[in-house]
Amino acid sequence: MAFTEDVRARLEVDAKEIIARYPKARSALLPLLHLVQAEQGYVTQDGIGFCADMLNITAAEVTAVVTFYTMYKQEPAGEYHVGVCTNTLCAVMGGDQIFAELSEHLGIGNHETTEDGRVSIERVECNAACDFAPVVMVNWEFFDNQSPETVKRLVDDLRVGNDVKPTRGADRVCTWREASRVLAGFPDGRAGEGVQAAGPTLEGLNLARARGWTAPAAGESNEENDQ
Amino acid sequence: MTTTLTPVLSAHWDEADSYTIGAYERHGGYKGLRKALTMAPEDIVAMVKDSGLRGRGGAGFPTGMKWGFLPQGGDKPHYLVVNADESEPGTCKDIPLMLANPQSLIEGIVISSFAIKANHAFIYVRGEVLHVVRRLQQAIGEAYDKGFLGADILGSGYNLELTLHCGAGAYICGEETALLDSLEGYRGQPRLKPPFPAVAGLYACPTVVNNVESIASVPSILTNGAGWFSGMGTEKSKGFGFFSLSGHVTKPGQYEAPLGITLRELLDMAGGVRAGHELKFWTPGGSSTPIFTAEHLDVPLDFESVGAAGSMLGTRALQIFDDTTCVIRAVLRWIEFYEHESCGKCTPCREGNFWMAQILERLEHGNGTEAELDKLLDICDNILGRSFCALGDGATSPVTSSIQYFRDEYIEHFRRGGCPFDPAASTVWAGGKA
Repeated sequence: MAFTEDVRARLEVDAKEIIARYPKARSALLPLLHLVQAEQGYVTQDGIGFCADMLNITAAEVTAVVTFYTMYKQEPAGEYHVGVCTNTLCAVMGGDQIFAELSEHLGIGNHETTEDGRVSIERVECNAACDFAPVVMVNWEFFDNQSPETVKRLVDDLRVGNDVKPTRGADRVCTWREASRVLAGFPDGRAGEGVQAAGPTLEGLNLARARGWTAPAAGESNEENDQ
Repeated sequence: MTTTLTPVLSAHWDEADSYTIGAYERHGGYKGLRKALTMAPEDIVAMVKDSGLRGRGGAGFPTGMKWGFLPQGGDKPHYLVVNADESEPGTCKDIPLMLANPQSLIEGIVISSFAIKANHAFIYVRGEVLHVVRRLQQAIGEAYDKGFLGADILGSGYNLELTLHCGAGAYICGEETALLDSLEGYRGQPRLKPPFPAVAGLYACPTVVNNVESIASVPSILTNGAGWFSGMGTEKSKGFGFFSLSGHVTKPGQYEAPLGITLRELLDMAGGVRAGHELKFWTPGGSSTPIFTAEHLDVPLDFESVGAAGSMLGTRALQIFDDTTCVIRAVLRWIEFYEHESCGKCTPCREGNFWMAQILERLEHGNGTEAELDKLLDICDNILGRSFCALGDGATSPVTSSIQYFRDEYIEHFRRGGCPFDPAASTVWAGGKA
């Protein structure tokens, strides 16, 4: 469905703001694609055409970029996109079992969406939270230290509309489209929500505090520090 | 135990507001910038060289030397680009750093940009970490509000714009030239080097690309001195860094320590391998670094010692696997990852990983032959050194090292006609049960 005039006018304001962040306009393509994904839930032909118009490049050039990056969806994603890490570390720690049970529980496979459009699932690669394995992402928020049971409960909550709270993230998980808009560079005012750090992130610091270990003080030279 | 932890970047992560500029300044934040702005840019470059800081993104190239490669006196603008595309399997240090203390990165960016005479800097952060993106957006806004970014920073006459750029899911964009192509709005594929980014980087202008942890370490060097930094670590691997323990370990997490600490020391601190099990294999620095075994527990984790022992320090991503883990399953999954993430630009990586994944799948399910081990090594030989970038080279690491240390386990798979391991026994919920 093509953008209405109102929608297009609104998107053009956002697009110009994005383009202005860069010395060269073409650099704005990735955030522009996050922007059109925020509007429609996935990257449509209309979204591609809009980006091409904004940057004075062809739809083919935009499409080449869309198909390269896994975060751009070419089919509608669920309102809540659930990524289960099945790279080696998480897979071994239980990610494989989580994905298998989740897939069976929802009756959908990798890259598929439930009939109600609420939840889609994907096997994702390492999301840089290995010390919290097994890790699951919902709309790119961290759900750490998961199990098959916690993830099945999580998607049940998402499907009936209960609020769901990431372990390290905002107080409530936002929708896929809201998340995409933040990634386009439009803050949602929720940076102050959630913890600064948790669990494993603090393991080393806590141990250092308990044992009185610190980095050398400033001015301590090589020799002085030679204990 | 001879080595102790040295929390610097993580020193205040246990305070609830640690990610705010208020907390950062309360603990001496932006002192380094105030000092830097009184110095000549060349002297800052020299100071970072003297500190011995080496890139924390895996390759370990001396940071100050990288800065020194920028040609001076030309008419093209200079750029600083921070690589925050943390995606190497096992690597999980920059993300918690940016979540808990983004201001250390912002201060490092301003100092580093001033040193290399850049007036526009970029943070290229992977898109799959929404709350980190929020924290960075807020941190940048706070720094602008306080006059640490923008025009005439702290009355110095120095101007710097900082743009946050979110990636869209591609491991290859952690490779610095692919990252630049991506930042320019293209498919993220690596560029032929030379020219190196220092000469022709972003928009073909002189560009420095540095890892998050490298840049975040710079303010502490300015504040405490090059000698303070080089007083930690080993002779050629100076300073401190995050050691990220994950997997079958009692207390996984971030341990900030001098380079040269050993896995034995770190495991002691982390409560050891999970109860009832033995260490089987581990990565010193992510999936692209050849695996180690229990015989490497006392290798000092610095660039030289890990290299001499046959692997690479990489990103200090210490993924620990115990005796319940099938090494072939682990390697297969890593190769499926490289197959999935290969950008397709060069044949050795695109085709080699595709074929290796098929062979490894056969081997894991007990359908292989011993000749296929030689086939794997042959393919590795055709990838390593013949790929366009380090992603392809890195893919061979788990294959060759696992065959080196666990050839018998591969053979056991096709002797039995299947995998002798139960995946359920490796899971977290299997606990310490033997």
